[in-house]
Amino acid sequence: MPEFLQHLLNTLILGGTYALLGIGLTLIFGIMNVVNFTHGALYTVGAYVMYIAVTALGLSFFAALPTAILGGLLLGAILDLVLLRPLRGADMDTTMLVMIGAGIVLQSGTLWLFGGVAKSIPTPFPDAPLQLGPVSVSWLRLFVLGAALVLIGLTYGLINRTRLGLAMRATFQDHDTASLMGVNVRLIYTATFALGSSLAAAAGALLGPVYVVFPQMGGMAELKAFAIVILGGLGNITGAAIGGFILALAEELGAGYISSGYRDAMGFLIIIAVLVFKPTGLFAKAERIG
Amino acid sequence: MIRHIPALALLAALAALPFALGQNPYLLNALITTGIVTIAAMSLNLLLGFTGQLSLGHIAFFGIGAYVSALTSLGFDVELVGGVRVVHEPWPPVVGFLLAVLATAACGYLVGRLSFRVRGAYFVIVTISFAEVVRLVALNWVELTQGPLALTGIPPFSLGLPGLGTTTLRTKLQNYYLVLVVGTLCYALIARLVASRFGRAMRGLKENESLALSVGINATRTLTVAAVISAAMAGAAGSLYAHYLRIIDPDVFLFSTTVTMVIMVVGGGKGTLLGPIVGGLIFGLLPVALRPVMVPEAQWMVFGLVLIAIQFVMPKGIVPGVARLVTRRRASAATAPRIPMEVRP
Repeated sequence: MPEFLQHLLNTLILGGTYALLGIGLTLIFGIMNVVNFTHGALYTVGAYVMYIAVTALGLSFFAALPTAILGGLLLGAILDLVLLRPLRGADMDTTMLVMIGAGIVLQSGTLWLFGGVAKSIPTPFPDAPLQLGPVSVSWLRLFVLGAALVLIGLTYGLINRTRLGLAMRATFQDHDTASLMGVNVRLIYTATFALGSSLAAAAGALLGPVYVVFPQMGGMAELKAFAIVILGGLGNITGAAIGGFILALAEELGAGYISSGYRDAMGFLIIIAVLVFKPTGLFAKAERIG
Repeated sequence: MIRHIPALALLAALAALPFALGQNPYLLNALITTGIVTIAAMSLNLLLGFTGQLSLGHIAFFGIGAYVSALTSLGFDVELVGGVRVVHEPWPPVVGFLLAVLATAACGYLVGRLSFRVRGAYFVIVTISFAEVVRLVALNWVELTQGPLALTGIPPFSLGLPGLGTTTLRTKLQNYYLVLVVGTLCYALIARLVASRFGRAMRGLKENESLALSVGINATRTLTVAAVISAAMAGAAGSLYAHYLRIIDPDVFLFSTTVTMVIMVVGGGKGTLLGPIVGGLIFGLLPVALRPVMVPEAQWMVFGLVLIAIQFVMPKGIVPGVARLVTRRRASAATAPRIPMEVRP
């Protein structure tokens, strides 16, 4: 039983960052109809910005996190302006291939700049874990969970409580009508892509210190984000948030009770199972977001 | 016959190529691996180009073909769940090739039945997932696959005709021609298929699925048959790969190889017969040309940039692009207005 409780606690912590990853991807898909194959690269970039900020720039851990998020936001905006804006109206396969190309450029660029050796990010947290009865958790992981929950909350607030969020929701429902109502749809697309990218970077910056940072870390993260998004229904933000926790639970239980080698396989088995039994995802495609 | 002239000319050029290169082993090796990946790209083109379904898990069939063929010729001894022990004595590599084709065809059927329930983004993601699951099995089922330690000592192909004895294909030149023969057979099969009633059904589905359905084309069956043939060809390419390199590890399932195949198909011209071959030769040999001047990471950046640039500059690919240039030049030569002499100063 204590073992099971420990798995549940780990699920909660991993699930928070998975939810961030999934929300970012599903926002971009839902509003822009773009399958973002740079999501993993942006996750990696977030982790590396965190690493540079803490080690080379000497920023504090807590200042480095917003720096990484800002880095993802900027890179996302640039990607949209340079690659996606000229291709607006192109079919989905075209944007998908362009995004795959951009993902390769970013990943190989990271490998070229930093080399393949994994880096670890120093943290200000004590090494001794916090004992909570039968289970224990490191302070770093608790911080990661807290930060992820705050960021998820901020994203919900942005979408449901601000004018930008209103415009995003309108664009999601019907971009032609939104455009007629005076919404600057081009700007909304750029904002959406930048926001989704910043969430991916945030997830990387949060999980980077927990594990290690290396150029290929984004590949698996991206595939997991796809799994989460399919699980929650493409374009469904709440679905993605819940999907993140479900994937984390499946991975924890799979690694704990089946074999740790198949931890990463859980996401794909979930995808396949969802497509066999309920192709629209657990929560169906949302007609509206928020 | 006339429309086959470009393909036959290409075949003749490829047959003569090893001698033009003076049988340089380094270049021959590059040509053989390029040829094998090109066969896989041709099979991908059947799905991506002719039915319009972007399968990003194609490497799974290639890898399964490689592993089935290698394990058939090496033998194995595994204990399954429930204590059932399976022992397999080594069989000749040619049998491995046939089993690889059959096994990947069966996988193509399963994946097709499963994934053609969905389209677009869902289809792309389910195919990627399939490839990743297979990679993780190859990595973790150490008893069967040796996991990251790789399967080594895979025997090369032996070909024999009754009364003529057998030859073991050990040299690069022999393997080059083996790849060329298999590639030509695949090309001929795809050409026949595309020109048939079935080929029209595939293209009908690509152009307008609901219209195709309304005239009685069975979408799931047509797409599944295309997936079976495509998977079997990729499996054949995987088998060639295993018996040529004679060592395989779970890295044969890397997503980057799928990306290479996609670049070959999209760059060369998806939905054309020659596109994947032209694209395969260009993007298969590009690393050879780039290797002296840049590190592999930079080469991959070039590949990524090329993939982006193709979508912006030549979205239909090289072969249709060149074909259009040629026809336009012919048309303009035929209809160009004669400039009257007196206009000139």
